[in-house]
Amino acid sequence: MIRGRARKFGDNIDTDAIIPATYANLTDPAELGRHCMEHIDPGFARRVSPGDIIVGGSNFGCGSSREIAPWAIKGAGVSAVVAKSFARIFYRNAINIALPLLECPEAAEGAEEGDSLEIDLLQGEIRNLSRGKVSKAAPYPDFIRELVTAGGLVEYARRLLGQAGRPTGGREK
Amino acid sequence: MTLAEKILAAHAGKKSVQPGEFADVQVDLVMTTDATGLISVQQFHKMGATKVFDPGKVVLVMDHFVPSRDVESAETVKALREFAREQGVLFFDVGRAGIVHVILPEKGLVLPGDVVVGGDSHTCTYGALGAFATGMGSTDIAFAMVFGRTWMRVPESLHLVYHGLPGPWVGGKDLILHTITRIGVEGASYQALEFTGEAISALAMDDRFTMANMAIEAGAKAGLFSVDEKTRAYLQGRAQRSYSVQSADPGARYAGTMEFEVSSLEPQVAFPHSPGNSRGVSEAEGIFIDQAVIGSCTNGWLGDLRAAARVLKGRQVHPGVRCIVVPGSQEIYLQAMNEGLLEIFVRAGAAVSTPTCGPCPGAHMGAVGAGERCISTTNRNFIGRMGSPRAEIYLANPAVVAASAVIGQIVHPREVAGK
Repeated sequence: MIRGRARKFGDNIDTDAIIPATYANLTDPAELGRHCMEHIDPGFARRVSPGDIIVGGSNFGCGSSREIAPWAIKGAGVSAVVAKSFARIFYRNAINIALPLLECPEAAEGAEEGDSLEIDLLQGEIRNLSRGKVSKAAPYPDFIRELVTAGGLVEYARRLLGQAGRPTGGREK
Repeated sequence: MTLAEKILAAHAGKKSVQPGEFADVQVDLVMTTDATGLISVQQFHKMGATKVFDPGKVVLVMDHFVPSRDVESAETVKALREFAREQGVLFFDVGRAGIVHVILPEKGLVLPGDVVVGGDSHTCTYGALGAFATGMGSTDIAFAMVFGRTWMRVPESLHLVYHGLPGPWVGGKDLILHTITRIGVEGASYQALEFTGEAISALAMDDRFTMANMAIEAGAKAGLFSVDEKTRAYLQGRAQRSYSVQSADPGARYAGTMEFEVSSLEPQVAFPHSPGNSRGVSEAEGIFIDQAVIGSCTNGWLGDLRAAARVLKGRQVHPGVRCIVVPGSQEIYLQAMNEGLLEIFVRAGAAVSTPTCGPCPGAHMGAVGAGERCISTTNRNFIGRMGSPRAEIYLANPAVVAASAVIGQIVHPREVAGK
C-alpha cells in the first residue's frame, strides 16, 4: 500500500521539466532528485515529503527518452505517479525501474494539491482520503504486470540469464 | 498490414501481428549515446550480463556533451569508451562521427526493413529509410544489448497523406510542424505515423529525415516512409549489408487517415513552449531574437546548410544576434567546406561548431539566458530546453532561421533572399 500527499502538476509535463538535460551525467537518484521539476516548480525537491504522489495531467513525461526522468522522481522521494495519460517512453522507463504509474483521469482530475491519497497497486485502486473518493486505474497489461511483479526489467533480465544463460533468454508465455 | 506491422511481424517471426498485441521483437541495431548510455552500462552489469548479444549490432555514439563540456561528461565518455573496447562494439568518438541520427544513416548502419532501438527519443529519425526505429530508456537499451530483442506493443498506425507540392522556402520541417500542430503533441501517442502522398514523394531524403525525426513530438512511437528511388540512391555506396524492403499492404487497416494540402502552406514557426504550437511565419514576423541556431539531428543535414547558406550568402548576421551553425556530421562538415558553405557562414558572422547536440538540449555551445529569445531549427521548445527556463524558443526551418538572423527579427526568407 502506498500512502502520500498529492503533488499536483498540469498537462504535458515534459522530461526537460522533470529533469533538465544538463544533469544527464548524474546517475545517483538522490542527486537527480534534488533537481526534479526545478524549471517549472523551483523548490519542489525541498518541499516534497517521502512517499508523496505526483498527480499529473495528460501526456505526462513527454519528450526525451532520458531515464533520469523517472529516476529523478524516485530520487526526490516520490512513491508513485497518477496521471490522466503518460507518454510512451516515460511509461516504459518508469515500469522498468519499478516506479509505479497509474493511468486514471478520474483520480487525476479529482485530486487537489495536498490531498491525502492511498494506492492499492494490486487492485489498481486510488483512494482520495481527503475527498472520500475511490477510483480505479487502467489495469496493467499481463506482460507489464509480469515485469512489475518481477521488480523491474533488471530483475526480469537476471532471471532470464540465470535460467537460460546468455543470451538465449526470451519471454516465456 | 501497415508498414510498421509488416516490419514488426517479420522481426517477431510471425505471419502477422495486430495493433495492441505484445510482440517479442528481434532488433537489427541497438544504439546509445553519452547522454543515456552510462545508466545502460550500469544496468547491463546489474543484470549479470557479461557480453552483448552481437558486437556488430551495438553502437555507441558520443554526441550530446562532446567535445567534453566538463569533468563529468569527460568521465562519462571515458567509461563508455572502456565498455565499448571491452565488448568490441561500434564506437564513434569525437572527430570520427557526429550526431547519432545523422551518422547511422550516413554510415549505412540502418537499412530499410530494420528494427532499431536507441537510447534517445529521436531514434525515430531512421523511419525515413523505411525502418521501424524507436527511442527507449537506458534499462530497455541494456536489455536489448544483452538479448538482441525487446518487447513491444504493436502500435496502431496513423496514415498521413500530403497532397500538392510545397512552395519555395517550405520543406520537411514546415510539413512536420504543421502536422504536429494539427495532430497535437499527444495526438499520435503510442502510434506509428506513415507518411505518404505526392508531397512526400517529392521530398529530398534530408527533409524526410527531418519529418521522421519529429514524429515523437506528436507522441508517436515511430514515423515511417516507404522506400523509393530516392531512398535507394541515398543508400547506394552506404549500405553495409543487404536489406529487405517492406511496404504496406493495399488493404492495411489504419487507426485513422489525415490529409494535408501543402501547396499553400507557409513556412511554419512553432511558438513557445511547444512544437505543437505552430503558425505561419507571417504571424511571427517582427518578433525580436537574440540567438539563431541552425543544426541538430532535425536540421543539421547538408540540405539544411545549403538552404541557410543561400540566405546568408553575402549578408551579415544582425549585430544584436548570435548565429550558431552546427553541421550534423563530419561528412556533412567536410562537404559544406568543399561547397564553400562554411566560408559563407563565417563571413556572415556566424559561429560554426563541430558536430554536437550541444545547444539543442541546452547542454553547451549556445545555452540561452533569462529573457532571451532564440529561433532554432531544433526539435523542442519546451520551457528550459535550451538553457534558462525564462528564455523563449521558436522553432523553424533553416532558411527562416537564417533570414531571421540577418534581420534580427523573425521573418520570411523571401524578404531577405527573394523568391
